[in-house]
Amino acid sequence: MNIVVCIKRVAASNSTIKVAADGASLDDSGVEFEINPYDEFAVEQALQTKEAVGAGEVTVVSLGCSDSVKELRDCLARGADKAVLLKHDGQADAYANSEMLASWLKDQNADLILMGKQSIDDDNGQVPQRVATLLDISCVTDVKKVEIQDGTVTAERDIEGGREIVSCKLPAILSTQKGLNEPRYANLKGIMKAKKKPFEEIDASVVESALTTVSLSLPPARGDGRIVGEGPEAVDALIDALKDEAKVL
Amino acid sequence: MSNDVVVIAEARDGSLKRPSLEVVSAAIDLAAKAGGEVVAVILGSGIDAAKTELQASGAHRVVAVESEALAKYSGDGYATAAVEALKDISASSILMAHTAMGKDLAPRIAARLGVGLISDATALHFEDNKFGATKPVYAGKAYTKSVANKSPFMATVRPNNFEARSGGSADIAQVTPSLDASAIKAIVTEVIAGARDSVPLQEASVVVSGGRGLKEAEHFNLIEDLAAAFGPGVAAVGASRAVVDAGWRPHREQVGQTGKVVSPPLYIACGISGAIQHLAGMRTSKCIVAINKDPEAPIFKVADFGIVGDVFDVLPVLTEAVKAAVAS
Repeated sequence: MNIVVCIKRVAASNSTIKVAADGASLDDSGVEFEINPYDEFAVEQALQTKEAVGAGEVTVVSLGCSDSVKELRDCLARGADKAVLLKHDGQADAYANSEMLASWLKDQNADLILMGKQSIDDDNGQVPQRVATLLDISCVTDVKKVEIQDGTVTAERDIEGGREIVSCKLPAILSTQKGLNEPRYANLKGIMKAKKKPFEEIDASVVESALTTVSLSLPPARGDGRIVGEGPEAVDALIDALKDEAKVL
Repeated sequence: MSNDVVVIAEARDGSLKRPSLEVVSAAIDLAAKAGGEVVAVILGSGIDAAKTELQASGAHRVVAVESEALAKYSGDGYATAAVEALKDISASSILMAHTAMGKDLAPRIAARLGVGLISDATALHFEDNKFGATKPVYAGKAYTKSVANKSPFMATVRPNNFEARSGGSADIAQVTPSLDASAIKAIVTEVIAGARDSVPLQEASVVVSGGRGLKEAEHFNLIEDLAAAFGPGVAAVGASRAVVDAGWRPHREQVGQTGKVVSPPLYIACGISGAIQHLAGMRTSKCIVAINKDPEAPIFKVADFGIVGDVFDVLPVLTEAVKAAVAS
């Protein structure tokens, strides 16, 4: 099975966000970057699927700046077979990212494409569905359980107040949700092996964004709160505050 | 005719989902600035109740796209039928609720139309003849304001962020899509309902969340009891990443970055210290209550009202007090 995993390098989830001088982008000084957490489930799913089938190849691809080499190498060390960096500097929206990814993916003959359900920087959750639409293949989003047998995918996803079981044929894109699996980490042997694995760098065919970011701003600070008291004796004061001040009771 | 604001509404079990009414309301405000009428499009089968609700939602027109092939949601099937219906409407903008369905469907429609999409919008703009929206990024640690360079403008709108309204008696145009059920690629074979009285986390009026301060998974009954005290269908249970990672609670209850972002009228954090990724997921709640025995816990910095105390002492008393307040 030919499996492609799309990953993104993002500001780590414990980052404090600062606005750059242009007022519209992230000031990345002092910010740690990591593989998008949801993409780790995609990488793990790819490796497990290949292991279950007993044959095939896992290619991990990232559309982004040269620094993404680090995250791609980490995926090779975890067990992916080859890596591709689609080089693209600067910001792009989900429309442009999807067009650029799809124009590379259309020639890859992938049976299964895995991506995190959203990146934790832009929080869009658009790329998997968009790429599937552009490639005219199936797509199941927010997958938290999956079985692939004889070219058929059976996937489970959460919806409001319940769960859905979705069935589709390969080729397909699955976007991965937390809970799908327990991602493995690279060991020393994996890191050594990764150095010899194929690593390709290609310039992405640039597509202009459909959106322009006008500003990036921090949320307004919340008004000063107060401690209404200590221990169970404070409950009455809290109830009064919720009734009379916040008017939520 | 070329500037209608379209809302793609959502039905579940035949009735309208509440966030759809909020989106219609947001659309009315946008149309007031940008011009045009609000057209509510609803897809499905056996959706009479939803249609009736939409007629009185304040929308100017309702378009019902009905077919057996749409009885169950499918991303590609709904996208095909929606894009076909949109051909007869001259939309300046297309809005949906940022729900499980909206998140899945809107990008597929945007890709077919070749346009941008602003996900999880908390404000919609029409300035200098350009449509745009503000949305949280980094799970709410920051916000971006963007404008659309291509038409139509598309956005999914965060639930619990606009006040639904009612009024009017819009006409319904009935459309039969050419969609063939056999052409649908990914089919929903089964829908498994959660507990009957459980409220979706992102639609709940009250979210009661528990963290490591509960000490053991079994103690979450304190959280469940407090949530239940608000009465049926009001409150949902949430959890911090620490307790989800520990396996105490399912991931669907996780609030914060890599979990759900919620903004209910009332958020009660119990035994949660307030790690940055948790705060990101709940800081836009209208009223935040924190109960924690550590007076220095970061959660108190975002809380409107705090009680310094042990959750095991405070929660049973609070639960009884809420029951009494709700009953009176």
